[in-house]
Amino acid sequence: MKKLSRHTFRSNTLPSMAMVGPVTLWLAFFVAIPLVYVFIMSFCSIDESYNIVFKFTASNYERLFNPNYMQIYGTSILVAFLTTILCILIGYPFSFMIARTKWKHKALLYMMVIIPFWTNSLIRIYGWRTFLGTGGWLNHLLMTLNLTSEPIEFLFNKGATVLGMVYCLFPFMVLPLYTAIEKLDQNLLEASSDLGAKGHTTFRKVILPLTMSGVFSGSIMVFIPCLGYFFVSDILGGGNSDMIGNLIERQFQSGNNWPLGAALSIILILITLLLVKLYQKAGGDMDSLGV
Amino acid sequence: MISVSTEAEKKVIVEIKGVNKIYGSNHVVKDLDLTVYEGEFLTLLGSSGCGKTTTLRMVAGFEEPTSGSIRVEGEDIQNKEPFERDVNTVFQSYALFPHMTVYDNVAYGLKMKKVKKAEIKERVIHMLDLVQLGGFEKRYPSQLSGGQKQRVAIARALINRPKVLLLDEPLGALDLKLRKQMQLELKRLQRKLNITFIYVTHDQEEALTMSDRICIMNDGVLQQVGTPYEIYETPKTKFVATFIGETNLFEGSVIKKSGRKLHIAVEPGDFAVEDENENFNQGDMIAVSVRPERMLYSDTPVDGFNLIGTVKEQVYVGSVLKTIVILSNGNEIKIERLAGQELPTGGQVYLYWGNGDAKLIHTFDNVFAQAVENIVMQ
Amino acid sequence: MNKKAKKVFKKGFGIVFCSLVYIFLFLPIIVIVTGSFNATTTKPYISWKGFTLDWYVKLFDNSALLHSFGTTMAIAVITTLLATAIGTIAAIGMYKYKFKGKSVIDGLLYIPVVIPEIVLGISLLTLFSGTNIPRGMLTLILAHTTFAIPYVIFNVRARLSGYDNSIEEASMDLGANRITTLKNITLPVLAPGIAGGALLAFTLSIDDVIVSYFVNGQIKTFPLKVMESIKSGVAPDVNALSTLILLGTIILVILTQSDLLKKIRHKK
Repeated sequence: MKKLSRHTFRSNTLPSMAMVGPVTLWLAFFVAIPLVYVFIMSFCSIDESYNIVFKFTASNYERLFNPNYMQIYGTSILVAFLTTILCILIGYPFSFMIARTKWKHKALLYMMVIIPFWTNSLIRIYGWRTFLGTGGWLNHLLMTLNLTSEPIEFLFNKGATVLGMVYCLFPFMVLPLYTAIEKLDQNLLEASSDLGAKGHTTFRKVILPLTMSGVFSGSIMVFIPCLGYFFVSDILGGGNSDMIGNLIERQFQSGNNWPLGAALSIILILITLLLVKLYQKAGGDMDSLGV
Repeated sequence: MISVSTEAEKKVIVEIKGVNKIYGSNHVVKDLDLTVYEGEFLTLLGSSGCGKTTTLRMVAGFEEPTSGSIRVEGEDIQNKEPFERDVNTVFQSYALFPHMTVYDNVAYGLKMKKVKKAEIKERVIHMLDLVQLGGFEKRYPSQLSGGQKQRVAIARALINRPKVLLLDEPLGALDLKLRKQMQLELKRLQRKLNITFIYVTHDQEEALTMSDRICIMNDGVLQQVGTPYEIYETPKTKFVATFIGETNLFEGSVIKKSGRKLHIAVEPGDFAVEDENENFNQGDMIAVSVRPERMLYSDTPVDGFNLIGTVKEQVYVGSVLKTIVILSNGNEIKIERLAGQELPTGGQVYLYWGNGDAKLIHTFDNVFAQAVENIVMQ
Repeated sequence: MNKKAKKVFKKGFGIVFCSLVYIFLFLPIIVIVTGSFNATTTKPYISWKGFTLDWYVKLFDNSALLHSFGTTMAIAVITTLLATAIGTIAAIGMYKYKFKGKSVIDGLLYIPVVIPEIVLGISLLTLFSGTNIPRGMLTLILAHTTFAIPYVIFNVRARLSGYDNSIEEASMDLGANRITTLKNITLPVLAPGIAGGALLAFTLSIDDVIVSYFVNGQIKTFPLKVMESIKSGVAPDVNALSTLILLGTIILVILTQSDLLKKIRHKK
């Protein structure tokens, strides 16, 4: 029997190492290790001069049950939930119409959802403040029309934060929905109505189940980032609708209590994991979260 | 193993010796010995998973044999990369480069060989004419039909004037009519260019139509190599007999041997046959294969045959009358004859056949046969 | 109501609804573009004082702003190159080869995509401070590349799902070695996916606020500059620069996409 030695073409250790090695190292260094480090840090404490003391303590986790914090978690979940629901309620019919229009410039309709996002998100959120503020466009308009004599304060409440969040995250709902709806087979819809199903029955029995995957991935992509978008509640909520994101941000910047911030981040990670697990259970495809 | 009588004077181009291919616990090709002669059209035939495509890919260089050697024109090509081998492949999926025009696809191999531009142009135009695709130079693969894509794939491989052209089920994706037409066209090209073809297919009709020789594989083991006539007329294994064309198999053992005459007992009866090559001894396990068109029946007993059955049904298919007879053990026997008198369904018939119409096959199992062979070889 | 009237009503309703959504999406853009032509010079630059193009000129005197823009572009370009190179090669490798730990890599890839950006930001901050890597350009690039890589991989992977492996074999069969095959066949065929991933990496990088906010050190990217100026009101020259960036991106995308479209048309 002849022994075969050199043959790199079919043996795949070398090429696979060379190709996947860099990304593996990168993810290990900049994703895995930092997260482990955050986890460890969440069990540490700080001394008087804000230095981290690496000694095991669960005190950060105890502090998480502080009633003020609990209220902020409540606000976060409420804002994220309202944002997601609004995105679905507006995004679903909207995606349906632009995905199934017979207009020849359909691609333009799709592009127009994305174009606003090529402008810096902060400055667009600030645009809302300019529009809604007491000296802003809307109040100006209302007063010119004599609908109100005094400027109305639209900003600095949970509603304004939700508006900003919906605005920032709307495309993340529309894109997966658009993809799911566009894939629907026209024949299927016709078959359903051919078999005597009324419009809403077709929707409930055929369209909705087939596009549910889009609703799920959209919801994941709206709900989770919402919890961390601290600048939206900063700019529009004005401190009246602090979210977990703001809390974490403060621990790492002005508050200088990194271990507490780390523990708060662990909460966010757990919520994320829980939702992703639910999403996978519902049959969601992880890759459709990416693009 | 190989019948070399007619090919003895021909030049050997590919020689596969003792080749095994093992993926993990999966033994895909087992001790393959195969010689391919220059200018012939050799078909590797077998059902999916029989190792035929793996064999082809080992010749092309996409797979590496676990053991054994492959030689092309006497030179061991084991350590040659696919791009260093003088063989070209036509892929089942065509594998046309989607971002290149027909012209660029066909010219690719010549460009790699750094052939001069003017020569490339001349050869590409000539090649496209040869496969009847003149004028399609600027099209992209997505703008071609299945048949046209296939022609481009063939042109792209042939333009390099390979020593051997390997074709992996190239017509598999085409519809029946186009497939028949392309079969003839491929055969015409092969004759015209006089290039050795190794052709992989699972379609026995295709193999019988096109090949000079057919190599039948089953479960990684080479079953038989021979001309279509040899394969059809003298199957060497039970597998070959049943795989090629329709046949009726009687399995049993030799109970008595008198001269060339063998008396064979099968489950629902017994009969005597002539063993022309005197290959069998008393006590041997045997399978007797009789093609439907050679099977005969009579309403009275026939001397030397004790095979009684009941007519299940008779169908006219054009000029042929197809009869199915059920033996007492439930086995169905197929009979085809030119239209003649019909038999009443349920009637009793006596089966028989003419001298030389039955093919005798040893039936000890393959593993055993292989073991015996290995011992003999050493 | 008869059937036809109902249909017309439905269609009209649809158009009105979609238009309202687009107005919602573009309203801040209109505010920004209008703001860039506002002649006001007093904070917070909201009340309208007449039309002017001055800010587009004055913009070029604001060296801090221009510098932040330059920084953002430099980071985005390097991030795009790094993430596209690493991501493309990884996507091809993961598609072609089976190996142990593949699912682990897959899992790690999803993390930057699904976890809130702030978590990625603070985790990188702790890493950089724990390893004493000084925060600045380098850490910004490392951080941006980290969140951009998965998007490149997903884009290339989407392209690979319709990819016929045998075209590479065909190329080698026709005499091209591995490098030539990669250059002539693999990369051109995957080009639309690679370009899409690169574009995404670029836009994610220039727009990033949250991750940059934690790892920037003394470096101010354009978004961070905007963040700083928000307290005192966004100045019209910032609006002017934003308008120019938006215009630039639209032109860039039209150019690349139309080129891509031409290529895509010939794939399957």
